Amino acid sequence: MKHRLRFAAKKLLRMLLLLLGVSAVTFALMSASPLDPLQTNVGQVALGSMSPEQVAKLEAYWGVGTPPLERYLGWLWDLLHGDFGISLLYRQPVLEIVGQRLATSLGLLFFAWILSGVLGLVLGAVAGATRGRLPDKLIRGYCLLISSTPAFWLALLLLLIFSVWLGWLPSGLAVPIGVAADAVTLADRLRHAVLPALTLSITGVANIALHTREKLVDVLESDYVLFARARGESSLSIVLRHGLRNVALPAVTLQFASISEIIGGSVLVEQVFSYPGLGQAAVTAGLGSDLPLLLGVTVITAAIVFAGNLIADLLYGAIDPKIRRGAARS
Amino acid sequence: MAPILQIQHLSIDFLQYDRGTHRRRLSVIRDLCLTVEPGQVVAVVGASGSGKSLLAHAVLDILPYNSHMEGEILYDGAPLTHARAAALRGREIALVPQGVTYLDPLMKVGPQLRRGRRDPETAARCRAALERYGLGPEVEDLYPFELSGGMARRVLIASAVVDQPRLIIADEPTPGLDLKAAGRILGHFRELAQEGAGILLITHDLELALTVADRVAVFYAGETIEEADAGDFSRPDRLRHPFTRALWSAMPEHGFSPIPGAQPYPGTAETGCPFADQCARCGEACRAAGSIPLEPFQGGLVRCLRPGEEDAV
Repeated sequence: MKHRLRFAAKKLLRMLLLLLGVSAVTFALMSASPLDPLQTNVGQVALGSMSPEQVAKLEAYWGVGTPPLERYLGWLWDLLHGDFGISLLYRQPVLEIVGQRLATSLGLLFFAWILSGVLGLVLGAVAGATRGRLPDKLIRGYCLLISSTPAFWLALLLLLIFSVWLGWLPSGLAVPIGVAADAVTLADRLRHAVLPALTLSITGVANIALHTREKLVDVLESDYVLFARARGESSLSIVLRHGLRNVALPAVTLQFASISEIIGGSVLVEQVFSYPGLGQAAVTAGLGSDLPLLLGVTVITAAIVFAGNLIADLLYGAIDPKIRRGAARS
Repeated sequence: MAPILQIQHLSIDFLQYDRGTHRRRLSVIRDLCLTVEPGQVVAVVGASGSGKSLLAHAVLDILPYNSHMEGEILYDGAPLTHARAAALRGREIALVPQGVTYLDPLMKVGPQLRRGRRDPETAARCRAALERYGLGPEVEDLYPFELSGGMARRVLIASAVVDQPRLIIADEPTPGLDLKAAGRILGHFRELAQEGAGILLITHDLELALTVADRVAVFYAGETIEEADAGDFSRPDRLRHPFTRALWSAMPEHGFSPIPGAQPYPGTAETGCPFADQCARCGEACRAAGSIPLEPFQGGLVRCLRPGEEDAV
């Protein structure tokens, strides 16, 4: 029990340090950005027609004159009081915006995460079990091809095929255009999420499948698989009974580590599909110099990724008998 | 009695890639002959790296995919084909491997012994097998990492006797155990032989092998160079091959005297006697000969052109 508490405390401290680091780096990058918030958001022409007092007021709103360190510390101080600030672009509390966007993205991310995990595991297992033969070659070729394809390009390709040529699916947004909010059905939302989710899954599969294959190949070359064969177990039984069991642990780690890749991929993919999710909010905030929103999005996604890895660590303890029984004894 | 296992002129090569796509054939076992009778313990003694484990894998037909096997293996008088080996391994032919790494680290001992079968009869037989080696039912609920070295060894032997095997191949079943524990493990094999099984004991430890074996086959650079009764090892002049004599003199109770040199790596000896460089009797003919046949000599078999001669020095 003491061991568990220490583990939790250590992880918590590490998470705080990580979030602090992530926010500091984000802030530093934004400060170093050549974008002038006034020119970007107000425009050269409009600025020219304003009085110096009006310009000064706008500069104060966008925080142009304030020293960066003061701005960052001010943001941090408010954050410690639970206040994420107010978005400069949307003029709404950051938490509210992030909440809305996350709700839109979550289904998409979750679907892509599960699909890429399951499909990756299955494809990897098949490739590993048929190493060197045709199924392995096909799966490996597919994975290498997908790994070297940029996500946004794949998104464009799917968009071209399924919504432009075939016309089966909408080309963007999360809901149909020109429909009242309460008239939007679940089926509408699903139809709009299919293409972005598919893009994310396809890119996520390659990584997981290749790793799973590698691990299964290692397992199949192990002493205990040799012994299982010597004891008359069939190849199928060996893969199902020993292979999958020993691949399960690294697969769990991989699956939770892939959260970061799915979220990272969603930034590009949501941009291509104009999908109003968290990824798109990050891009809008970054290009529009909306510092509070960008920091909010970054810190919250970093926390989600960290939580994913933490869950993997905890699951490891529950699955791996060496950790489970070892901890129970100490 | 009809032998349970006869290995005739067995050779095993590996196809290896060296320097890019250039392939070469690596011969690991050459012209190996061996016979095991029911009720007998036959020890195969050789240094590590001499291809002993591959012998076990060849009998079980679980050689790696890049290997190639020649020669004949007869089990119970009939050729051991792929189909027959697949049907017999784990049932009539059992392997007792070296150590705990041969158990699935994430599976409890019980399910591992039962091989996925769930019927009460199998469960009862597994329990009986464990009990026979002093392991209680609680052992079934342990993971391999929770077993001590000796326990793991006993679990592995128990795995072999879940079914009634007629041929047991023990591949280095004793390393890492103290002399007493090793003696006990070998005693278990003696016991299984008395119940009628043929035992092929593969080891590098001649001294330990002699405590339990009926016959000893000495392995050198992938060849059997001598097959002798265990009793022949009581006096060096009854041993036929100079390497066997050298082994005898190297035993602690016989003066611990080593011979210079080392045995050639597999695939390096091309023609002639592989022992030539270390042999005191070596003559012109030994180096010139293509390959030296294994021939009967004074009640055993020997692969030497000048067997039994006194050393020239």
